[in-house]
Amino acid sequence: MEKLLLLGDEAIAQGAIDAGLSGIYAYPGTPSTEITEYVQRSKLAKERGIHSDWSANEKTAMETALGMSYTGKRAMVCMKHVGLNVASDPFINSAITGANGGLIVVAADDPSMHSSQNEQDSRFYGKFALIPIFEPSNQQEAYDMTYEGFEFSEKYEIPIMIRLTTRLAHSRAGVKQSALKDQNKISLPKDMRQFVLLPSIARERYKILLDNQANFEKESEQSVYNKYVKGKDKSMGIIACGIAYNYLMENYTDDECPFPILKISQYPLPINLIKKISSECKKILVLEDGYPLVEDMINGILDKDLIVLGRTNGTIPRDGELDPNIVAEAIGKPIKKGKDVPGLVVGRPPSLCTGCPHIDSFDALNEALKEYSKGRVFSDIGCYTLSALPPYESINSCVDMGASVTMAKGAADAGLKPSVAVVGDSTFTHSGMTGLLDAVNENSPITVFILDNSITAMTGGQKSHATGRLENICLGIGVKPEHLKILNPLKKHHEENVKIIKDELAYNGLSVIIPTRDCIEIIKKTKKTTKEIEK
Amino acid sequence: MKIDIILAGVGGQGIISIAAAIGYAAVESNLYLKQSEVHGMSQRGGEIQSHLRVSDKEVHSDLTPQGSADMIISVEPMESLRYLPWLSPDGWLITNTKPFINVPNYPDINLVLKEIESFPNHITLDADDIARKLGSARSANIVMLGAASPFIEIPYEKLENGIRGIFSRKGDKIIKQNLDSMMAGKEFTKNYLSETSKV
Ligand SMILES: Cc1ncc(C[n+]2csc(CCOP(=O)(O)OP(=O)(O)O)c2C)c(N)n1
Ligand code: SF4
Repeated sequence: MEKLLLLGDEAIAQGAIDAGLSGIYAYPGTPSTEITEYVQRSKLAKERGIHSDWSANEKTAMETALGMSYTGKRAMVCMKHVGLNVASDPFINSAITGANGGLIVVAADDPSMHSSQNEQDSRFYGKFALIPIFEPSNQQEAYDMTYEGFEFSEKYEIPIMIRLTTRLAHSRAGVKQSALKDQNKISLPKDMRQFVLLPSIARERYKILLDNQANFEKESEQSVYNKYVKGKDKSMGIIACGIAYNYLMENYTDDECPFPILKISQYPLPINLIKKISSECKKILVLEDGYPLVEDMINGILDKDLIVLGRTNGTIPRDGELDPNIVAEAIGKPIKKGKDVPGLVVGRPPSLCTGCPHIDSFDALNEALKEYSKGRVFSDIGCYTLSALPPYESINSCVDMGASVTMAKGAADAGLKPSVAVVGDSTFTHSGMTGLLDAVNENSPITVFILDNSITAMTGGQKSHATGRLENICLGIGVKPEHLKILNPLKKHHEENVKIIKDELAYNGLSVIIPTRDCIEIIKKTKKTTKEIEK
Repeated sequence: MKIDIILAGVGGQGIISIAAAIGYAAVESNLYLKQSEVHGMSQRGGEIQSHLRVSDKEVHSDLTPQGSADMIISVEPMESLRYLPWLSPDGWLITNTKPFINVPNYPDINLVLKEIESFPNHITLDADDIARKLGSARSANIVMLGAASPFIEIPYEKLENGIRGIFSRKGDKIIKQNLDSMMAGKEFTKNYLSETSKV
């Protein structure tokens, strides 16, 4: 069969479709977005009626996928690493309820923070939930693990996690496909109480989860994804997890690795294989992209005299993504390097597009705030976060999705009046609405800007959940109509916009201002599609 | 056979299309390929790069090790210099000379070009100008692919198929414009090499 040229993300999507997926649930987030987008574009997925619409946030996505699994059908939920924080309540509890139809949770981590607020390692969540984790080292494994993962999940009635990092998510390679499977039919859980986590039932379910740990470990011990490779030089053994295995092998393209290697791509850790390599070698070098999870674990459980090298002892930098050069240095190979970057090269940070509606919103807000002291604008995550950079320098926070509204309220509670929140339309429906309810209930003296550009722009222009309905949502939550203002953020309306903002800042209570104008990227996109339709 | 290429440019300049065309050609030639791309935040006018690795043997790492790339193909002159640590000492620096200025402290373009020309193996051309003269202003990226094509050990016809493949949905006119752009880039390099009798 001809190979498909797929991103790691796309390999996961194709593997799921071929395995008989019935629904994918997700909220966009780099580097996970392309998984769902691939299913949305797939003709086969459309023919098979696979659900692929975006969810409002990662928690609703996780719960909806669990609901589909309850019916016996195969479901997948995808998110970026910080999305798992949002979904963590249903995620941890889904390990207790267990799955019925196969359930795969994909978490895409972003070491080096290419597009994220942190570089947290989702394997900790998988370990915390006590579920098996699969960590592909390449695109083919990403496909195969997903394809086979549903069966694994059904065999033990347990959700499984697939964890990958940006580099694999966004790198293409040839992938061999397996035979297309039928979708499952609806078949509800045999035990109708399985998903009822009343304490008495939850205790039983938790025991089942604990009892299964030995099975999961046995699976890891026998997994084709975990392998021990012999080596003559026992002065050091190397444990390489997921993609780190490739960086290691890259250093042995022309010669053979003299050291024993244990490749790990399936967890819980295969303890016997770990014991084997650590009893044979004096030192163990651990290569893992992310936090030192395996390193910390073996540091504690094995022979006290064993020397463990890795991120915690400085052999590998404590933070940031791995690459072939870092690994070369750790194994003592000569490092090649080209010329240094000439001094005249300057950084080119991302910036708001020329003509972006956010620019006019911030110009107006900056002017309206001139009469107050600085440092009162709590913002959120999206294109508008770029207003932290010159020439705008408008915002003072960006923490997690939805935090603008609630942090502004906290600051106002403390006496910082007025406090301002700035949130995008998609972020608002993701997790800003609940915070707004808090502010409504206390009529907090904050001014909330919902920047409505009709799209989830930062992640590439996905549908936004409440386009055209934001005003009614705010009124429904209880915002007073006289303090709900819609603006058109354009230069020609600058003066009147500044005036409206000033009035609301001066009001000692809650106001919501919704600057409404389409992202220019969508305008380009819709122009393109109308052109295509005309053709 | 093994080719490691670093593609460089600014978000929106179409370097992913260059990567896709070479990728298409590599797969059609039954070669192994790994191609890492930058998606996400940097696409908003930031610096972006793609590592493209083609070989007749399995490719392990998605990232090219430093000091070993055979060439840097850049759609923007300053960006071509940002990835010098990856270029092998005998590698080629192939770049568009037309600057994309979206930062206030962009260096003097003459100094940038001087720096590029100080590199023994370099090809510099105004790909925007060539594309515009062909009536296809948006295909400067494909002109750059053409300029690099003499150094890419994949038959030129396969690269042409790559162009047909990636633009198949856009219609025959766009395909032809891009094929012409690639050819113009290729001719530029051929002429340059024969004038300087480098190869
Ligand atoms: C929990 C979580 N999920 C997803 C993301 C990824 N993400 C960052 S910004 C963004 C979209 C923001 O859209 P919107 O609020 O409409 O602002 P815009 O970019 O359109 O200005 C997303 C999905 C994240 N950082 N955190
Ligand atoms: S993509 Fe849209 S919202 Fe983002 S900066 Fe560009 S115009 Fe603004």
